[in-house]
Amino acid sequence: MSKKQTRIHPYIPNLVPDVQAKMLEEIGVKNIDELYNDIPQHLRFKGKMNLPEPLSSEYALKCHVDRILSKNKSCQERLSFLGGGCWQHYVPAICDEINHRAEFLTAYAGEPYEDQGRFQALFEYESMMGELLDMDVVNVPTFDWAQAAGTSIRMAERITDRSEVLVCSTISPGRLAVIQNYCHPAMVVNPVKSCPKTGQMDVDDLKAKMSANTAAVYFENPSYLGFIEDQCQIIADITHQNGSVCIAGVDPISLGILSPPSNYGADIVCGDIQPLGMHMQYGGGQAGFIATHDEERFVMQYPSRLFGITQTAVDGEWGFGDVAYERTSFAHREEGNEFIGTAAALWGITAGVYLALMGPGGMQELGQIIMQKTQYAMRRLSEIGGISAPLFQTAHFKEFVVDFNATGKTVREINRALLEKGIFGGKDLSTEFSDLGNSALYCVTEIHSKENIDHLVKSLNEIVND
Amino acid sequence: MGIKEKTKVRAFHQAKWDEPIIFELSNKGERGILVPEIEEEIEATVGDGVSVLPENMKRKKAPALPELGQMQVLKHYLRLSQQNLGADLNVDVGQGTCTMKYSPKINEQFAASPKLTELHPFQDEDTVQGILEVMYNLDVFLREISGMDQFSLQPASGSQAILAMASIVQAYHASRGESEQRDELITTIFSHPSDAAAAAVKGYKVITLYQNEDGLPELEALKAAVSDRTAGLFITNPEDTGIFNPQIAEFTRAVHEAGGLCGYDQANANGILGITRAREAGFDLCFFNLHKTFSAPHGCGGPASGALGVTEQLVKFLPVPHVEYNGNKYSLNFKVPESIGKVRDFYGSIPVIMKAYAWIRSLGSQGLKDVACTAVLNNNYLFRKVLQIRGASAPYAKGRHRIEQVRYSWEYLTQETGVTTEDVTNRMIDFGFHMWSSHHPFIVPEPFTLEPTESYAKAELDEYIAGLQKVSQEAFENPDKVKNAPHNSVVHKIDNSWLDDPQKWAVTWRAYLKKHRHKKE
Repeated sequence: MSKKQTRIHPYIPNLVPDVQAKMLEEIGVKNIDELYNDIPQHLRFKGKMNLPEPLSSEYALKCHVDRILSKNKSCQERLSFLGGGCWQHYVPAICDEINHRAEFLTAYAGEPYEDQGRFQALFEYESMMGELLDMDVVNVPTFDWAQAAGTSIRMAERITDRSEVLVCSTISPGRLAVIQNYCHPAMVVNPVKSCPKTGQMDVDDLKAKMSANTAAVYFENPSYLGFIEDQCQIIADITHQNGSVCIAGVDPISLGILSPPSNYGADIVCGDIQPLGMHMQYGGGQAGFIATHDEERFVMQYPSRLFGITQTAVDGEWGFGDVAYERTSFAHREEGNEFIGTAAALWGITAGVYLALMGPGGMQELGQIIMQKTQYAMRRLSEIGGISAPLFQTAHFKEFVVDFNATGKTVREINRALLEKGIFGGKDLSTEFSDLGNSALYCVTEIHSKENIDHLVKSLNEIVND
Repeated sequence: MGIKEKTKVRAFHQAKWDEPIIFELSNKGERGILVPEIEEEIEATVGDGVSVLPENMKRKKAPALPELGQMQVLKHYLRLSQQNLGADLNVDVGQGTCTMKYSPKINEQFAASPKLTELHPFQDEDTVQGILEVMYNLDVFLREISGMDQFSLQPASGSQAILAMASIVQAYHASRGESEQRDELITTIFSHPSDAAAAAVKGYKVITLYQNEDGLPELEALKAAVSDRTAGLFITNPEDTGIFNPQIAEFTRAVHEAGGLCGYDQANANGILGITRAREAGFDLCFFNLHKTFSAPHGCGGPASGALGVTEQLVKFLPVPHVEYNGNKYSLNFKVPESIGKVRDFYGSIPVIMKAYAWIRSLGSQGLKDVACTAVLNNNYLFRKVLQIRGASAPYAKGRHRIEQVRYSWEYLTQETGVTTEDVTNRMIDFGFHMWSSHHPFIVPEPFTLEPTESYAKAELDEYIAGLQKVSQEAFENPDKVKNAPHNSVVHKIDNSWLDDPQKWAVTWRAYLKKHRHKKE
C-alpha cells in the first residue's frame, strides 16, 4: 500500500478501502464510477481542478491560515473610530461561549422537538427585542439591517397596495443600494431632502412628496450620520394621514436611553443586532430584525419565520412552533411573502444572550456612557483649529460627522497620516456625501477610553496643524 | 451497555431541564455584566450625557428585560443548548438537501481569531490584505470547481444568491432593452422554493415544471414553456430527489435559443465536486451554499453564504465591490457601473467564507473528488438499505442510482399502519436522530429525504438504518407508540392550534402574557 493510500483524510472515514469494498458489494456495483451512470460522458469534467496542493495535516493548515491572517491589522491592535453600520462594541465572553456551543453551532432546521433549544432561545430573543422595542412581534433574524429595511418596505407595499417609498436622504449608501435592488422593479425609491443644518428630514419636502402612491416613509434613528431625528412624531403623523406605513430603522443599542420608535408612531421598526454581542468580523456579524404590533395586517405580511410559544400534551410544558407558517414561501413557493431560508439565526440567539446579560440597567448605563463619550470626543475635536464636530446641530448618539474642510487637507490625507500613527480615522464621506466636502463619520463607543479619545485629538492636532 | 445488541439503537434520552422562559428567572437587581465606568474627567466635562436629548426622544420606561446574574444566564443557555441536537452529536443524515457534514473545529478557531473578528469593513485596504486574500482565492477556487469566470461572496445564503441571480438576469435583459418583455422565469418543482420565490420578488412570473415518472422535468415541457418572454431558467441538479438530469445541457440550450439565461442552483453539489460542472452543462450563473457543501456549520439557520459565480459576459453585473488582485495587492473595486448594486451590506458572511476556504485547502482537488465519491457511495448504500425497510419506498427512476441524496416515501407505511412521516420523525427523535420530510408541496406522498454526505462512518449509517427499521417495525406492531412520540425528548406532542390563531399566537413573552396569562388569572 502506498503512503498516499494510508493517509485517509480525517473528514472522510469511509475512504478506508475495506469499508468501501464492503459497501460497494452491498450496493451490488463494482466501483463508485458506476453510481454516476446517470451523468453522461459529455457532461463529465475531464480536467483536473487547478487547486493548491492539499494541506491535509491540521498543523500545516493552521500554519498556512495563521500566516495569511497575520497580514491583517485589527481594531484590537490599532485604535479605530470606524462605524457606519458595523460597530466595535464589547462582546461579553458568555456571548461567544454560547454561540460556539456545538449544539447550537452545528444544528440547522430541526423540529421543535429535538431542536427545542433553538426554538426557545429564538423565542426568547424575539421576546427580549420586543421589550427593547416596545413591540409585540419580532422576527427570527434576517440577513442584516439592509434586508430588514427592504422587507419592511415590501411589507408596506403589500399592506397599502402602493408602489413608492420615501426614504431619508441621509441613509447609509450601502443599505440604500440593497433596498433599491430589492425594490426594483416593483417599487420606486425616492429620497426626501434633509435640512443642511440639522441633517434631519425636511418636513416640507416630505409633505410635498407624499402622494396616493406612497406606501411608506422610512427614516432612521440615530441616523447613519449619527444625529438624532427628533421630528419623528411629526413624520409619523404626516405618513399616517396619507394612509402610508411609517418605518423606522434603529440601532438597538441606543434604546436603553432613546425612545423606541413604536412610542413615536412607527408601524414597522427594523435594524441590525450586530452591536448586541456580535464581533464585527469585517462586516460578517450583521443580522437584521423587523418588529411590528401584533395585528394581523402586519403579521401576515412577514416573509420571516416567527417562532411562537404554545402548550404541549403535558400540562405545564412549553412548546414552540412556527406562527402563521402558511404566509411563507416554504409553504407556498412564489405565492408566499417574498422568500425565506437560512439567514442569521445564531446571531439572534447571541443577541438574546447579550440582552439577558445586560438587563434594563445595563442597556441604560451603556446608552448613557456612549452619549457621554461621544460628547466628550466631539467637544475635544472641536478644540482643534480647522476641525469642527459635530457638523449637524442636533443631539448625537455614538456617531457624528467631523468637518475637516477648514484644514485644507483631504480626509484621505488625514486618514493616511492617522494610520501611520496606528489610528483608523472615521469613514471618509467625501464621495458618498459630496455636499459635505471633506468630512468623516466618527464612531465612539464604550470601548473608547478617555485616553484613546485624547490620543486621537493629539494626533489629529499634529496632522492638521503641524 | 452501549447500543443495544439486539435492536442496534440507543436507549437515548434527550436532556430535559424543564427550563423556564428567561423572564421567569428574573430577579430584580441582578446583573449579568457591568459596562465600563465613565471616567470622572469626562463626566466633569460633559455632564450626564443624556440631558442634551430632546424630551420626546428620552426613553420614559426602562425596557422590561430579565435581570439575572452571569452564571444564571450561562446556565440557562447551556441548558437550552443541551435541548438542541446539533450535527456534532447526531448522525445527521436525516436533513436531506441540507448537507449536514462535519464542520472542522480548526476552522472555527480561524474564524474566531481576533485577526478576523476584530476587523471593520471600512478599514484601509492595506490593513486587511489577509482577509482579502482569503476572499480572492476562494473566488479562484470556486471558479475551478464550477468553470465559472468570477464569483461574488456577498450573498449571505442560497436564497439571497437566487435573488442576486434574478437581479443579474434582469440587468442583462435590461442592457439589451428586453427586460420588460422577458418577464417569465422557469424552474422545477424539485428545485428549492426560493428558486421560485426570490425570482417573484424581482417581479417574475414563475413557471414551474413538474416531474415525469423518472422524477425529472420533461425537455419537451421546457421547450413548450420557453418563448420570447423567457428571462431564464433556475434549476437544481441533481434535484432534491437525488436524481441527476442527464439532459441538462439540452435544457440550457433550449433556454439559450429562446434568448434566456440559465442559473444553476448548486445546493446539491456535494456529490458532483470534480465530476461535472456548471460550465460543461451550459450555465451562465451558479451558486454554492458554503454552509452546506463547503462545510461551514449551519448555526441553527445561519449565518450562511451563497457564493455566486457567473460567466465572463455577466461579470459586470455582479454585486459591488469586486475583490481584485493586481499581482501585488488585493483591493475592493466599487466602480462597476453596470453592477446590480448590492444584495447584502458590506462583503458577505466573512466567518463562513473563512471556513469554506480552509476546508478546500485541507482537501485539494483529489480530496474534493473523494468527498463527492464517498458522499455518493454512502448515499447509495443507505438507499439500498432503506428500500429493504417495510413501508419505505423511493419513487421515480426505478433501478437507477442516486447522486448524494434520496427523496423517499412512507406512503405504504401510512396506508398500512396509519403512521405518517411526521409520526416517524417524532419517533426517530427518541433514538437521538432527526428525520426531515421535504419542502412543500409534498409531491412525493409522506416524504422523507436522507443525505448522508461523506462525513459519516459506515457504522453510523448502519445505526441510522437500525433506527428507521425499528420505527417501521413499531408502526406495524404498536402504531400508537409511534403516533404519540416523542417520548424521550425535551417536550411532548405540541399543540399547534395556538400558532395559526391570531387570538392565541404569541411571538413574544409579552404577547403571551397579554393573551393567555391575563385570561387565566
